[in-house]
Amino acid sequence: MKKRLILILCILLMILIAVPVSAIDIVAISGSIYRTDLDYYNHLRGEDITLVVYNWGEYISDGGDDSFDTNKEFEELTGISINYITFASNEQMYAKLKSEGTSLYDIIIPSDYMIARMIREGMVEALDFSNIPNYTLVDDLYKNLEHDRNNEFSVPYMWGLVGIIYNSSMVDEDIDSWDSFWDEQYKGNILMFDNPRDAFAISLARLGYSMNTEDESQIEEAAEELMKQKSLVQAYVMDEIFNKMEGGEAAIAPYYAGDAITMMSENEDLVFVFPKEKTNLFIDGFVIPKGSKNKEAAEMYINFMCEPAVSAANAEYIGYSTPIPDAFELIDIDDEDLAIAYPNEKIIANSEVLRELNNETNLLMDRLWTDIRSYKDGTKGWIIPTAFILAAVIVSTLVIIRRAKKRRRDLY
Amino acid sequence: MTKVKNGSKIYIASALTFLYVPILVLIFFSFNKSKSRNLFTGFTLNWYKQLLHNDLVLNALGVTLVIAAISSICATVLGTAAAVGIQSMKKLPRLAIMNVTYIPVINPEIVTGVSMLLMFTTLRYFLNFEMGFSTLVIAHITFNLPYVILSVNPKLRQLDSSIYDAALDLGCSPRQAFFKVVFPQIMPGITTGFLMALTYSIDDFVISYFTSGTSQTLSIAIYAMTRRKVSPEINALSTLLFTVILLILLVMNLKDIKSNKKGERK
Repeated sequence: MKKRLILILCILLMILIAVPVSAIDIVAISGSIYRTDLDYYNHLRGEDITLVVYNWGEYISDGGDDSFDTNKEFEELTGISINYITFASNEQMYAKLKSEGTSLYDIIIPSDYMIARMIREGMVEALDFSNIPNYTLVDDLYKNLEHDRNNEFSVPYMWGLVGIIYNSSMVDEDIDSWDSFWDEQYKGNILMFDNPRDAFAISLARLGYSMNTEDESQIEEAAEELMKQKSLVQAYVMDEIFNKMEGGEAAIAPYYAGDAITMMSENEDLVFVFPKEKTNLFIDGFVIPKGSKNKEAAEMYINFMCEPAVSAANAEYIGYSTPIPDAFELIDIDDEDLAIAYPNEKIIANSEVLRELNNETNLLMDRLWTDIRSYKDGTKGWIIPTAFILAAVIVSTLVIIRRAKKRRRDLY
Repeated sequence: MTKVKNGSKIYIASALTFLYVPILVLIFFSFNKSKSRNLFTGFTLNWYKQLLHNDLVLNALGVTLVIAAISSICATVLGTAAAVGIQSMKKLPRLAIMNVTYIPVINPEIVTGVSMLLMFTTLRYFLNFEMGFSTLVIAHITFNLPYVILSVNPKLRQLDSSIYDAALDLGCSPRQAFFKVVFPQIMPGITTGFLMALTYSIDDFVISYFTSGTSQTLSIAIYAMTRRKVSPEINALSTLLFTVILLILLVMNLKDIKSNKKGERK
């Protein structure tokens, strides 16, 4: 049974793979655009390897709009096939890995603090950098950071900053501070991040604390502020920020710089600024999960993604920023976008990378966040269970009455 | 009288509006030039063109359809057999089994999903298999099964059991009696069960989410897009799926009307 299943699967896979391969544009593949020589990329050809790549959704140049089709080019170049699957959040990816085991996957691209957690819990393999010659092209600024101190486990893919995007037709002043998210005059027009880590980061930065604080009283103070803010917030959202901001339904929202560029191209009124307080610098990086069966091929994939031509294509498509200076040179970008995606050093120096927190802090933050999200003015905790019991009582009395009536009727 | 008629007209109109306006909006925005879901900036077929080149979405669609087909066929065969077996049970065990059958339908999907995940991860300690295509198929068969049983069961109850006995008396073997007499009678129930299983399987997100391993169904692929932005290619894909289903329904209904007319003439 299992064999037959595998056979069916193989046939299906072959059909799925055969279609795109036959349609490939041969002209696009010339060895000259890659730094590492072709012998390296060819040495695993014919070994029938399938790499499982687990990435954020919409986080790679995939050939849409005549862009560079990253995975297809890699398959052509190396003869290694790719099973590309996607996730929506770091936490979702982590939960899946924990329950299914890490050995199913070969490449994962989590954010900094999640990389730190995975390193701490022994979920990732140490990389063999002799297989990743292009690693030397990565800017030293993005190496040996907090989440991977000695850079043994991860290679940066993209980075970016969180900033404020606002609609200049709905806002009269020049916004430059997280304080605006607590400003009464924007009541009902404020959007906030719908995940605890990012929301707390904003609240903590506004209060002048570190985003990575493990001090209980500071976190509780930040939570209180978020609780106060709740009545001003129109919605806690992630991707809906795109629609709401582009459609002019909200005045002000926090979001990632790269995505702000996308929004601004749809709506001319939108303005993006970095707050004068601290902001969050994130780095998403490649890791190889523990027990990967194709570690060498996975390292080849990482090396390929660090090719300046490939990294530039991806950065251009996604809108986020590449950590590879040679790739930056290749990017075609106008000055306005440049200031957002590659801000000056002062802004970068004023930012903070999220670090993995200890367990108690994580739990505290999750608990406070649940309180904030479920808190409503005037509702008391006992109402829902009481209503439930009341409904149960009413329904069962009705049933009993009906039964009794029926029995009485049946008697006659 | 006319008042009632007007009232029912308004009722039907609002019901249809609530059902179909969202789909129409979705179709409308699949032709939108910009990526926005708010502003219509011009007509384009670009998203349809790009959809044809989007391997991620097409692979996910392939996985979804293949799993829907395999799981609904398996569930139909198993479910029909189960329904026939249940029908011939004594009253008490029959009631017990039917109640057990109802549980997966009433159970929140997330409970089914998590418990399947727990089962697979526990089994993995003893057996050597990987989460992926096979676990998805097993999970989908599991939640499809009750729908088939529940739609075949009433057909069997309507069936006069003496017809089966008559077939045996007239020289059929039990197998012949089942396939020649019982089977055609319960066929509508089986078809309904199969179609329901198929649609539930294509629709499913929650259970697939917990059991998918390294396979990715369409619903999971769309969910993963939500941090950045769901691509309008998904609108285009949904439009195509909607049109295909609409066409199939139209053809089936026309066929029905035709055969009904024939029946009347006879």
